[in-house]
Amino acid sequence: MASLSLRNVIKRYGHGPKANQVIHGVNAEIADGEFIVIVGPSGCGKSTLLRMVAGLEEISGGEIGIGDRVVNDLEPAQRDIAMVFQNYALYPHMTNFENMAYGLKIAKVPKDEIRARVDKAAKILELGHLLERKPRELSGGQRQRVAMGRAIVRQPRVFLFDEPLSNLDAKLRAQTRLEIQKLHRELGITSLFVTHDQVEAMTLAQRMIVMNGGVMEQFGTPEEVYHTPASTFVASFIGSPPMNLLKSAPGCQAGAVLGVRPEHLDVSAADGWDVRVESVELLGAERLVYARLGDEQLIVRVEEGTLHPQPGDTLRVAPRPDRLHWFDAASGKRR
Amino acid sequence: MVERSLTRGILAHFIMVLGVVIVAFPLYLAFVASTHTAQEIVQAPMPLLPGSHFWETYKAALFGRDQGAGSTAPVARMMWVSFVSAMVITVGKIAISLMSAFAIVYFRFPFKGLCFWLIFVTLMLPVEVRIGPTYQVVSDLGMLNSYAGLTVPLIASATATFLFRQFFLTVPDELVEAARMDGAGPMRFFKDVLVPLSRTSIAALFVIQFIYGWNQYLWPLLATTSEDMYPVVIGIKRMIAGGDGQNEWNIVMATALLAMLPPALVVILMQKWFVKGLVDTEK
Repeated sequence: MASLSLRNVIKRYGHGPKANQVIHGVNAEIADGEFIVIVGPSGCGKSTLLRMVAGLEEISGGEIGIGDRVVNDLEPAQRDIAMVFQNYALYPHMTNFENMAYGLKIAKVPKDEIRARVDKAAKILELGHLLERKPRELSGGQRQRVAMGRAIVRQPRVFLFDEPLSNLDAKLRAQTRLEIQKLHRELGITSLFVTHDQVEAMTLAQRMIVMNGGVMEQFGTPEEVYHTPASTFVASFIGSPPMNLLKSAPGCQAGAVLGVRPEHLDVSAADGWDVRVESVELLGAERLVYARLGDEQLIVRVEEGTLHPQPGDTLRVAPRPDRLHWFDAASGKRR
Repeated sequence: MVERSLTRGILAHFIMVLGVVIVAFPLYLAFVASTHTAQEIVQAPMPLLPGSHFWETYKAALFGRDQGAGSTAPVARMMWVSFVSAMVITVGKIAISLMSAFAIVYFRFPFKGLCFWLIFVTLMLPVEVRIGPTYQVVSDLGMLNSYAGLTVPLIASATATFLFRQFFLTVPDELVEAARMDGAGPMRFFKDVLVPLSRTSIAALFVIQFIYGWNQYLWPLLATTSEDMYPVVIGIKRMIAGGDGQNEWNIVMATALLAMLPPALVVILMQKWFVKGLVDTEK
């Protein structure tokens, strides 16, 4: 186990003035045993960042340290890390046992110890009865567990997960998420988990890195990211439905953006903003009201069973004063 | 779903049986001829039922005989020469193609594109086209009448390289990365992952190339002049004397049948793998 530090990490493709920079100086100090989620929309550089930690991509600038070693120039196998891939990347011609044992076999670990380590991992992941089968005989969820087993047996100092849940169906995804959490509690290995799904990020992360366009927008606990988003991007990316960002709401100064989450708009207040309801969605426990304030759109969350607005109605909403977020309109940064 | 009707079934079977007869009858005739003496065959009408000289003919063919119009060399030796050259060609072709495809797909080196296209272009130049210069080279190197002379010029194969290249391109990149994470170097990855994954293609190629090697005619005709280095296909040709010479057709036919045996065996034994290699996409 080890800490992981990213110091001004840069990734560039190509050389000279034509170079295309995709990661713009990421700094993060990750403590030993932490579970960190990197989240962002597709193309934001989150996978590239993970692959640089893994050693599958070269580092164009800055330093990556694992424990007290700078690993910039080390081969993936020498970095004491293990990676779980999106498509599992199991060797199709080997049995699950051989898949899990392959790395150890190359590292010339004695046979008895390989057996012991694989058996132990198989027990944790409940794979014992599947070890002699080939990957193609398994379901997606089971393959994912074998891929995790392959990572566990190496006893790495850092675990890397590259969107490991995106090929599973919704039910299995929730279940596997819990398993990963349990696994992390039991093994306590520093983990870096990449996803584009903010629900996954919020539920798994001890701290999360929100990325956009190759820039780290915010690095903090899920609570911090939810309650004090560092920029309009983070505000609109984390939280579902996304935060309302208003430029011309009553009380807005020029050059400022007011952010207020749909769940922090009070519909029972005596005074507030009058908004026109455009459409309503019922999600079960709540209704989402899509409304218009002046010429800006506003989403309001209403508890089911309280109000039942119809399109065309006028609704009076009041933002909770302690839950207002102010951003700079030009830079998008939190004020 | 096509409805099964009796007449349709009968018609289909009739056509298939007709096809089998057309293909099989000459083979049957060759077999019949190989069980008679040379005199019996040349009489008209030719016998259509097997005779009683089976063992004599095959023994004479396999182990040679004292006199005859054409070559009288033992076929057993020729079969051995054919077998060795076919195996060397097959194994050599597969090994070289696997490795060159591996280099082309997984490594970056200067003039990589040019290398690939040079290999690809040789597809358009069959042995026959370059047979003059090839003969010159082989003869200058003193490789005539040797296994090396029979096999080396035929070993490089653009077809097989191309086939493996296409297969390697379909192997997911994540597998390469997983192997790197596991600490497998390039050759280790090649040996432990790529080759086992290509085994069905290798089997299909084995069948095709073995038959290709076994049936080589033009090149061995030039590269061998001594009887003990004749492949069996050349042997058949040399047995038939030109002009009015009295050919021992029974022995020629026996040799032809013997020459057909190994390729047929390879096809029959490897049929399952062969079909799998052509249709399967197991990844």
